[in-house]
Order: sequence, then C-alpha cells, then structure tokens
Amino acid sequence: MIHPIPSGTRDVLPDEMRERRAIEAAVRAVFEDAGYGEVATPALEYESVLARGLTMPPAYRVLDDHGNALVLRTDMTVPIARVASTRYANAEPPLRFSYIANAYRQVRPHRGHMRELRQAGIELIGAAAPHGTAEVLTVLCRALEATGLRDFRIGLGSASIVPTLLEQAGVAPEDRERLLHELVTRDFVGLEREVRRLGLDERIARVPLLRGGPEVLEQLPGDAGRLLRESVGLLAPEVRDRVIIDLGLARDLGYYTGAIFEVYAPGLGQPLGGGGRYDELLGRFGRPLPAAGFGLSVDRLHEALTR
Amino acid sequence: MSALGLTIAVPRGALMTGTLELLDGLGVDTSEVRANDRRLLFEDVGIVTMRPSDVPTYVEAGAADIGICGKDVLMEQAGRDVYELLDLGYGACTMVLASKAGEDPAAEALRRLGVMRVATKYPRTAARYFEDTGRQAEIVEVKGSVELAPLTGLVEAIVDLTATGTTLRENGLVVREEIARSTARLIANPVSHKLRAKEIDAVLEALRAR
Repeated sequence: MIHPIPSGTRDVLPDEMRERRAIEAAVRAVFEDAGYGEVATPALEYESVLARGLTMPPAYRVLDDHGNALVLRTDMTVPIARVASTRYANAEPPLRFSYIANAYRQVRPHRGHMRELRQAGIELIGAAAPHGTAEVLTVLCRALEATGLRDFRIGLGSASIVPTLLEQAGVAPEDRERLLHELVTRDFVGLEREVRRLGLDERIARVPLLRGGPEVLEQLPGDAGRLLRESVGLLAPEVRDRVIIDLGLARDLGYYTGAIFEVYAPGLGQPLGGGGRYDELLGRFGRPLPAAGFGLSVDRLHEALTR
Repeated sequence: MSALGLTIAVPRGALMTGTLELLDGLGVDTSEVRANDRRLLFEDVGIVTMRPSDVPTYVEAGAADIGICGKDVLMEQAGRDVYELLDLGYGACTMVLASKAGEDPAAEALRRLGVMRVATKYPRTAARYFEDTGRQAEIVEVKGSVELAPLTGLVEAIVDLTATGTTLRENGLVVREEIARSTARLIANPVSHKLRAKEIDAVLEALRAR
C-alpha cells in the first residue's frame, strides 16, 4: 500500500535526525552565547497580520471556524517583527532573538524545492548599520564555524545601492522597476538591453557584475558604497576574509532595505541561507526600529557538512 | 577541469557546433568532444554534453559552473535560479505562432468558439503569450514534430521554434505571429558566479572582446 506525503516534504529518520540535532545544538549555543534569546511562534498566523511584512505570498491558507484567513508562515522574520512590536513594545532596544523553526513555501514541481524548510537564524532589532550589520555577520560566521563547516564564504551586497544609483541617474520609477526586475531575475542580458534602451551610462549595467574584495566598493560613484564599506571595516579579520562583496546580489524578499548577504559552500549549487537589513519592517508593525538578521537552511547545512 | 577552470554544460543539437567553436576560441580543446558522438562527460576538458533543455537544470544545481543554452529554453523554464550573463549571438531562431496556409483556422476558431487549440513543446511560453495578448487558448503539449498536430486536426495552430521556416513551409504551415526571438546565452550557477568569479569574468571578458 502506498501512503504518500506531499512533494517537497520529507520524513527525517534517526541517523539524520541525530546529525541534524548536532548542527542545531552547535548554532543554538552560539546564538545563546551572543545574547540572542530563542523564541517560538505559532506556525499559523492571521493572513492580514503577516501581509504587513511585505514578504512572499503564503503558499498555504486555511479558514478557521470563524471565517478568518490563517496562513502558514513563510519565514520567521515577520513573526519575530510582530513579537518585537507587541510583546516588547516598551522594551529598550536593541532586542536580540533567535529561532530554529519550520517555514512553509510554494514549490515549482520537479525542481527539488522544499515546501517545509527548517531554518535557524537570528534577528537583531534596534541596531542600525554599520554596527548592527557587522554584529549579525559576526554571529553568522561563528555559527557556521561551530557546525564544523570549513570553506564557506559570505556574499555581501546591498538592496539599496543599485536603486539609489538609478534614482540619481534620473531614471523614472517605472523604468527603475523594469531594470530592477531584470536584476532580481538575474537576467544581465535584459539589464544591459534596458540600460541601452534608456540611454543610461553602460557602467550602471556593469555595477551588478562587480564582485570581489572591499576594493570593488571604490568603483562606485559618490558615497554609494559608504555604509557597506563601514560595515566591512568593523569586521574582525577572520570574518572579513570570508566576505565577498557582490553588488549583483538580489534577494527576492520585499522587506530588505540595506545590506543583504548569502552564504555559499563549495560544491553546493545554491546558498545555505542569507539575510540582510530590513530597517522599515518594524515600522510597519508600529515600532519603527532598524533591524537585521539571517536564516540558515538546516537541511542545506547538513548537506554541505556531509558531502 | 578545463583550461578555463570551470565545468561547462554544452548543449547537443543545433547549438553544439557554434558552442564548440566558441570554446575553441577560448582555448578549450574540444577535439575529443567532436570525435566522440556518444560519450557525454569529458572530464579532462571540463565539458558535459546534454539535451539543450537540461542545461539550466545542471547549471542551477551546480553540477556545471556555466552553460550555454537558447533563450527559448530559459523562457520556458522561467524562474530557474541561474545568471544569464551574455547574449552569444549565434543560434538565432524565432518562436512563432503558425497555422495551415490559406484562411487562418486559428483566427476562425477564435472568432467562432472564442478559444483555439494550440500544440507546442513550449507550454509555458505559449500560455504566457496568449495571456499577455488576451486570448483564450487550449494548450496541447506534444514532445516532437509539432507540425503534425494541425495537419491531423488535433489543433488549429502551433507555437514552435523556427530558424529558417523550411519545415513549416514543407508542411504547408505559415507563420501568423512572431512571439519572441532567441539566441544562445551564457548562463552561470549563482554560487559559482561568486566562488569562481575570476574564472567566470575571464570567460566573459574574452567573449565580449570577440
């Protein structure tokens, strides 16, 4: 007899569970030691509340017995923003939270996407760039090292540099959106075509291709790269050596405002996780505070460690 | 590993010759690939050969660092997490809507029934095109010789890729609309794009300087 489970979900058996627990214990100890208290929030939330966070549309929606629309959370960042602005409405910032929890996403068929993913991460609320960004990157590095992962790198970019450059170049909002769409879909051919169509400086099309050491920030006009440069300047050498500046980095979540980053391990074709600054998200829940955080995929981390 | 220090996904079929010439120009020794029609993996030169529509799959997963495939494949597989780095210019072809010569049976079906049946190997590209142009179409996915479908009365029209239009003509079909143009593209895995930045940029620079 066949009793299937939904595609994009899986059973974890004792051998893997033991290894997964070890990974989670290692990162949890780092989070705890850095002052990030662990929280748990309901997997189900009101759709209207999570929608405030401008995150990806929920994949799973149910109606409760009163007709309220409930959704399964797509990440932990928005629920923690809700917790910070309601349970900690009067607490003195900065606030430090960590989590190891499941999130639920849409999948495309036959692409190996997961519907249910286990994430471990932190949120630092009330600490602005560059210090807040540097702290989050430092905890990220320590957590990855604690799991025993060796050759990982962190790609560091910005959600605001390219939009700001386009704005300064006088590109109209609707054209800006088209250019940014090419960037988010990683279509550099389309980006170059749009840049040419609009008669923009072709150097703008090359900005997202810039990546390397902190020196690539020098190639930006004006002080566009200042905040990122300052964040990198605050990092200890062992963290800074892990960082690759990447101005083409674009994450598909709507709430990022400044620095964004992703974690790479050699041999793994997709990032292990990532994060960034979301300085406007808390304001959408009524407590305007700058914030940053990251989430790591426990499954991919496990894959990187066992391959 | 190749002279480029990268694993390259090379499409078999129409784009293969152009791609191997391109790689020759970059200093990759492709003689073994040319001499051997059945082998798929050429580890010492870092080349893996495959069906064109599989190239994004291997590159997205990181099984190849970079790859070459048609824009048509990327359009059909929209949402793949790969970087589209360069328009390579060769392998030009056009995605078209075609139907039997004479009075257009597709237009007739649309007028009379409000919907037309369309056969294609590119169901997502076709569906998106009809949505964008505000027409109702019932998409029938076929795996080969799409030209057969309108001739047997399975459908009123087809959406297919054509380079010269010869096959369409020989089967008594005419192009009604041009949907999109396609050429070969260089794509890269997003993680390789960071971790092998130097190697990938060297390839890009050499190709831009062609």
